[in-house]
Amino acid sequence: MSAELGLYGAAVAAAAATYFWRGFGVAVGGRLDPNGLLFEWFAAVAYAILAALVVRLVVFPSGELREIALAVRLGACAAALGTYVLFGRSLFAGCFAAAAVIAAAASGVLG
Amino acid sequence: MKGVAADEDSPARGTRRALLAGARAAALAPALVLGASYVGFGSLVGAHELSLEFALFNTLTAWALPGQVVLVELYLAGSGVLAIVLAVGLANMRLAPMTVAMMPLVAAPGRPPWRLYASAFFVAVTCWAMTMAQAPNMARSDRLSWFIGCSLVLWGASLAGTVVGFYAAAELPAALTLALVFLNPVYFLLLFLQSTQGARDATRLVALLTGGALCVPAHFYSPEWSLLIAGLGGGTVAALYRVAMVRR
Repeated sequence: MSAELGLYGAAVAAAAATYFWRGFGVAVGGRLDPNGLLFEWFAAVAYAILAALVVRLVVFPSGELREIALAVRLGACAAALGTYVLFGRSLFAGCFAAAAVIAAAASGVLG
Repeated sequence: MKGVAADEDSPARGTRRALLAGARAAALAPALVLGASYVGFGSLVGAHELSLEFALFNTLTAWALPGQVVLVELYLAGSGVLAIVLAVGLANMRLAPMTVAMMPLVAAPGRPPWRLYASAFFVAVTCWAMTMAQAPNMARSDRLSWFIGCSLVLWGASLAGTVVGFYAAAELPAALTLALVFLNPVYFLLLFLQSTQGARDATRLVALLTGGALCVPAHFYSPEWSLLIAGLGGGTVAALYRVAMVRR
């Protein structure tokens, strides 16, 4: 029971922490001049953080993905990029290729 | 993709049309891939015997996958609520500059501010990147509705994926679950690449490349702060690049 409470307490707090940044973004973003340099900077920071997030999820993953060698994870990304371009910029094809590489490698590692 | 033309009929009809156009843009590929990523989340929850209600509650109230994974992993590791909140807040800090960057694009004059605060709940990577790419081709009054239509479909797909993943956790081979978890960064990678294509200059591409490159040294310096360091560093480099290009 207290474990459940702790879990939901954490989930409610996590939801608040998540919305906090979104609300902050509205408060600041509504006041900026969309042609100004400060706005450009915020947009660039957003793209840079997202790229960093992708790199972190691929290069320094948490959990069981760590069982998959870094070379395989990078190879899966390369396969995704190659397939994406080859199939006329298809997100679906690119994602499928990466998932196939990881699934094949994982069934080797995990048995 | 077609923009939503501003036409002469009633505002309510225009709004509904933009909403449907956004929903249609999200249906199929984006919804499938995001849904599959959430199958990974649902099975993570199911495999560790947390409840489906919790998984759905979390996807409903804090829709942003990386933060949700952090919540579950830290909870399972026995972390306290304060540590979890700080880690989730840190993992989701990207939502602030993302929202800042999207607001001037979707805000329309004369609309009450609460609509923006309410819509901001849906700012998440997929619908954000789609809106950043598509909104400039639309009438200003249609953009927010398009974003909401897009988000609602993706949110629904996330909830459906969570349920499927939860029940499939025991049946899914571990190798497939890992592949689904890995879909998330790969999908983001391709999505960002796509969203830089319509840009008027290379500023976004510079931001992506420098932010991604800076993440690795930043991680060795401080794993907790690596995203923020790489984001501020890469974003500043890109903004300077833009200043240099404009002056030329």
